[in-house]
Amino acid sequence: MSELLADYFPLVVFIGVALAISLALMIAPFIVAYKNPDPEKLSAYECGFNAFDDARMKFDVRFYLVAILFIIFDLEVAFLFPWAITFGELGFFGFWSMMVFLAVLTIGFIYEWKKGALEWD
Amino acid sequence: MNPATLPPLVPALPELMLALGAMALLMFGVFRGPRFVHVISGLAIALLLLAAVMVVYLPGGTLTTFGGSFVVDDFARFMKVLALVGSAAAIALSTDYFDSLREQRFEYPILIVLSTIGMMMLISAADLIALYLGLETMSLVLYVLAAIHRTSVRSSEAGLKYFVLGALSSGMLLYGASLVYGFTGTVSFSGIARATAEQTSMGLLFGLVFLFAGFCFKVSAVPFHMWTPDVYEGAPTPVTAFFASAPKVAGIAMFIRGAIDAFPDIAPQWQQIVGFVAIASMLLGSFAAIGQRNFKRLMAYSSIGHMGFALIGLAAGTEEGVRGVLIYTAIYVAMTLGTFAVILSMRRKVGYVEDIGDLSGLARTHPALAFFLAVLLFSLAGIPPLAGFFAKFYVFLAAIKAGLYALAVIGVLASVVAAYYYLAIVKIMYFDEAGEGFEPMSAELKVVLGLAGLINLLFFVYPSPLLETATSAARSLF
Repeated sequence: MSELLADYFPLVVFIGVALAISLALMIAPFIVAYKNPDPEKLSAYECGFNAFDDARMKFDVRFYLVAILFIIFDLEVAFLFPWAITFGELGFFGFWSMMVFLAVLTIGFIYEWKKGALEWD
Repeated sequence: MNPATLPPLVPALPELMLALGAMALLMFGVFRGPRFVHVISGLAIALLLLAAVMVVYLPGGTLTTFGGSFVVDDFARFMKVLALVGSAAAIALSTDYFDSLREQRFEYPILIVLSTIGMMMLISAADLIALYLGLETMSLVLYVLAAIHRTSVRSSEAGLKYFVLGALSSGMLLYGASLVYGFTGTVSFSGIARATAEQTSMGLLFGLVFLFAGFCFKVSAVPFHMWTPDVYEGAPTPVTAFFASAPKVAGIAMFIRGAIDAFPDIAPQWQQIVGFVAIASMLLGSFAAIGQRNFKRLMAYSSIGHMGFALIGLAAGTEEGVRGVLIYTAIYVAMTLGTFAVILSMRRKVGYVEDIGDLSGLARTHPALAFFLAVLLFSLAGIPPLAGFFAKFYVFLAAIKAGLYALAVIGVLASVVAAYYYLAIVKIMYFDEAGEGFEPMSAELKVVLGLAGLINLLFFVYPSPLLETATSAARSLF
């Protein structure tokens, strides 16, 4: 039994360290932070809109664009992780498969850049 | 773990070439700008035709690659050439339309090429995952194309409707695929066929039904046809021409391969489904089109009906039936593209018109156009000696030989009803008061219309090339 508990000892250490760091980070601002109260700072944050308003209003399609572009590159990174972890065993073909995948994504990236999808105005 | 090695790429060479070409064209277009739209359209057509030549000249026999999930047999070759030619013609039909509306977008031909890659993957798919990948590659582009006039309310509505219903159908297809996988333990068609030969369970049949619901949606067969009239009417006309041709080829190919390759031993089960779908599509396509005044909407119902006729061959479930479907699909593509070439030439000074009434007296204002449209309409109605008659003849023959008399009789009756509205258009063109003439046709439209008209008119003189390739294509599946 005690052996089992001993296995979990590192976890206890981690919980302790995490608690100490987070408490320190939460308490320190009350003591040292620069204070400049503003009602905007307390209002709910909703992507630049008023949080409580009619939902059927026009808003900028560029929010969608950013979200979609984010998803594409987010997935790309998610796909790269398993590849990177097994990199040593993948061999030549595994390496170049990912390079081809990245090249195709880069072509899409060049297209959206040239089309001005990354400009806000 | 052994490192993965490069699979043989030769069977997929046409697809790879198209993908590389599409990316090169995209870069060319985005750097050189919209002034080169015509160059890009021309290059895209050349790319598609080159891919068709490559498909024909691939090494013979049945080639497989990517762990058996990609098959190139005579069936795939036949359908791929058809899809490629249909896509190339759809690009040719579009240039004049977008020019006159000043809506040229260099993305349009590139999107069609990308969609065609999806179709080719779909036609060659020999497992459920490859099938789904191909289907989505094709469909995602179609949703974008339907909404390509993004400032037009009708076009955006068509795109949104198509997207929402397409997502629903993909969901059903995936649900069916997961059930099939769950009850057979494999996604490959040959593995599913082996598993079903041993035992069939209720769950597998449920999966089959859901899978077929997804297939039916893509070929717009009743009862999954609701999107067709709205999308066909709302989408820009060249896009509708494209929707009615190449994706239907790919959908039919997916339907046939899915049914014949994966479920050969439970054919009696799915024959009932396909038979019902065929009857319902034929009847709805015939009766619902009668009241239509908009030519594009009428063509939507017409295509529903034609898919019903084509599915009769699949319901027979025999080699001869599949051959009938292949011949039907080839001739259907020729008829549809020709008819859409006519719809695209219905342009007055005020803009494009789409009503059937606008064709009145066409025989006096444009005798050649009226003649070709009359040939195509007679062919769509299935009147001998035009190609459309032979298309119906071979599927009905296969149905009779398979003992499906009821299906054949209902098919003949439905085609009689359908003949009414095709002939009504001929009557409007030849016997009604002449209206204001149309603007002159562009050379591309003339070429597509001329070729489609001649194929339909002269098919009976020299039918053997199509019949022989269709025969060997059907044989490769059995």
